[in-house]
Amino acid sequence: MEMNQYLSMFIDESTDHLQSLNDNMMQLENNPDDISIVQVIFRSAHTLKGMSATMGFNDLASLTHQMENVLDLVRNNELKMNEFIFDTLFKSLDALETMVQDITQGGEGKADVSHIVAALQSIVRGDYGQAGASNEAQISGAQNTTTEFRLDEYQYAVLEQSINTGLPVFYLDVVIREDCVLKGVRAYMVFNALEENGEVVKSNPSVQDIEQEQFDRSFSVYYISKIDQESLYQLISSISEIERVHILPVDEESLIQISQEDEQVNEATSQILQAVRETAATAAPVVQAAKEAVSVRPSAPSKPTASTGSSSSSNGGSRTIRVDIDRLDVLMNLFSELLIDRVRLEQLASDLKSQDLTETVEHMARVSGDLQNIVLKLRMVPIDTVFNRFPRMIRDLAKSLDKKVDLVITGADTELDRTVIEEIGDPLVHLLRNAVDHGIESIAERLEAGKSDTGTLELRAFHSGNSVFIEIQDDGKGINREKVLKTAIKNGVVRADEANAMTDEQVYQLLFAPGFSTADKVSDISGRGVGLDVVKSKILSLGGNVTVDSNWGSGSKFSVQLPLTLSIIAAMLVRVGEEKYALPLSSIVETMIVEHKNIRHVHGSTMIDYRESVIPIVSLADVFDCPKSSEVEKDTSDVIVIRKGERLAAFMVDDFIGQSEIVIKTLGKYLTNIYGISGATILGDGQVALIIDPNALVK
Amino acid sequence: MGEDIKVIVFALGTEEYGVEVDSVKTIERLTPITRVPKTYHFVKGVINLRGVVVPVIDLRGRFGLPETAHTEHTRIIIVNVNDMEVGFIVDTANDVIDLNTDLIESPPEVVGGIKAKYLRGVAKIGNDRLLIMLNLPEVLNKQEIIQLEDMGE
Repeated sequence: MEMNQYLSMFIDESTDHLQSLNDNMMQLENNPDDISIVQVIFRSAHTLKGMSATMGFNDLASLTHQMENVLDLVRNNELKMNEFIFDTLFKSLDALETMVQDITQGGEGKADVSHIVAALQSIVRGDYGQAGASNEAQISGAQNTTTEFRLDEYQYAVLEQSINTGLPVFYLDVVIREDCVLKGVRAYMVFNALEENGEVVKSNPSVQDIEQEQFDRSFSVYYISKIDQESLYQLISSISEIERVHILPVDEESLIQISQEDEQVNEATSQILQAVRETAATAAPVVQAAKEAVSVRPSAPSKPTASTGSSSSSNGGSRTIRVDIDRLDVLMNLFSELLIDRVRLEQLASDLKSQDLTETVEHMARVSGDLQNIVLKLRMVPIDTVFNRFPRMIRDLAKSLDKKVDLVITGADTELDRTVIEEIGDPLVHLLRNAVDHGIESIAERLEAGKSDTGTLELRAFHSGNSVFIEIQDDGKGINREKVLKTAIKNGVVRADEANAMTDEQVYQLLFAPGFSTADKVSDISGRGVGLDVVKSKILSLGGNVTVDSNWGSGSKFSVQLPLTLSIIAAMLVRVGEEKYALPLSSIVETMIVEHKNIRHVHGSTMIDYRESVIPIVSLADVFDCPKSSEVEKDTSDVIVIRKGERLAAFMVDDFIGQSEIVIKTLGKYLTNIYGISGATILGDGQVALIIDPNALVK
Repeated sequence: MGEDIKVIVFALGTEEYGVEVDSVKTIERLTPITRVPKTYHFVKGVINLRGVVVPVIDLRGRFGLPETAHTEHTRIIIVNVNDMEVGFIVDTANDVIDLNTDLIESPPEVVGGIKAKYLRGVAKIGNDRLLIMLNLPEVLNKQEIIQLEDMGE
């Protein structure tokens, strides 16, 4: 059987599950008593285990299995979460992630996880009281028996009742063929068939073990059937790759025999349970749980627990598909073609004055408008895909540094082009690590400074113009200007006499100089002086920028500005001469009409009064050497006021065409660094309009 | 023995030029060109080529020939060199021929160092037909243009 076709699906799904495990563990850490979260975690882990076992990644499956054992105890209230358990579980998640990564890179997904497994087992075994022990006893009890296995009181009662009411009870022994590749699946099919026609009371090995193929070739079940022995036999043997099935009717006598054999064991078990009740008598919830464990658990195997997990994951899986980015580009370009034809059709329709044609074209215009929106949005990915691994990272980091950090993420739904998303992960990791390591103080220092012991780290993302801003703000100690300057002078980055004249902003930029670090001691998190310069060069290579703002004593803010390589922006279309240009709406302050007599000439340049101040005004036609339009000279001009930072300027244009959502396209590799032009866009009529970069025009 | 290559033949004035078919993406009729300000004089602007914005240059201008008005025969040859897509405006483009690379002779040195750079050679086909083969990467080399413009000043 060919497994490769499932491999990519496996990798995608297991990555999703690991992410959800991580997220939920973080949530659980904040609310350790919320059992519903544990249920979600358990289901994720269970599905992951099933998937990896099916794919033959046994290390992955067995580690997940161990985690599941711990989680099982927790969700049945037999175990209280504590720091040690959290840490161990997080470590397991890391190990799982490493294994999945290995598989992604074509490896076998093998890793030495014995110490983690040992830790998990020790949690289960009972550093945490006898509740764990009783569970272990049940598990090992079930595993030790081979052909015969024991029924607990409840199951025994169920069987007895069925026999009394006349429902046939069978003992089935199913052997799967030796050459079967997916015996777990076959076994699952058997169970499915059985459950359609009756109820499985008990199986050996347990249903969960069978699902992960943790059985040899045979398994046996106690089964209450609605059909007779003959049809049951037909049913099971019709499933392919089943070597043989042996069906034994169970009557009252044989049941009694079984129960007697089991009596001794049952007695022991009930003694242990009794002991649990006594020891746990002080903690009421645990008693409750122990009772629940007795009454609920035996019925659990008969319900396929995996089905809840897998159905929810398949729902999640079917909501997204993965598409090659090149195909999206092709789709986008084809769509632009369609738009041109649409405009042409509209013209033809209006020329022909055919009512029917006009209506059809109008409808087509509406549909293609909707289609355009969808096509444009396809390439955009929420930045959440980068952000979602940060909470876990910050948690680990804060723990290892013995600090308390609260990470607040806003704007995770901000959408960015995929290509940018793939690149910004590492720089952001650097900045966040820096903020936790250098920015936020230790608990003692924070209390001394009169702050709360928990530092706040804010991660914000938002759109502004044709840029996306990502801000990382901490409420730590801020950047010490003097210390930065001292180090810079020592390292020969600046001269002492220059230092005093530098603005704060200039001083902070020194942090990005190669080989610069102000950390007093070198930690393994940061402080080796590599980092910020790498961050800066990476961001610059993406066409972005990074700035720092800081207040000594109350924290600092790193602001990363990233361009949208392919994005939709709102723009104002204007006519200059015979040509059309687009101006990003984000930099426009307002539009107005200026009388030419109000334009003043100041030292060779033109200025106008604007509100309380005087701002420069330039004609875009002059800037871009546009051929003059043939219109007669007017004594007023349409003017757009734009802003760059604190500065304002006015551009004279011939006409406002209107506001529109445009797609930014590059001018291609041949034309780079055109003065005042940041890109181009294709208008609805198929013509190319250039996008003005106001930042370049305002000096 | 040289290899056989397919060559697209186009004309500038009376002279015939050739580019290898592998580097030509498409040949288009003249479409509206959006002027790009503040760039080289021979860069005529950008066009919308099925959703992709592609710069076009006037080969006459690039080669220092006088530019002429566009006619119905005027074509834009879209070439792709080193992942750069550029359109060439040419007077006509209407032939594809097979050519053996052995037939391409080095460009005559007399024309001078700089100009010869973007010529790969001259091929004699048939009796009286001379085909000037272009060295596309050099045609698009902006370094050389900057040098040329410096010399012009």
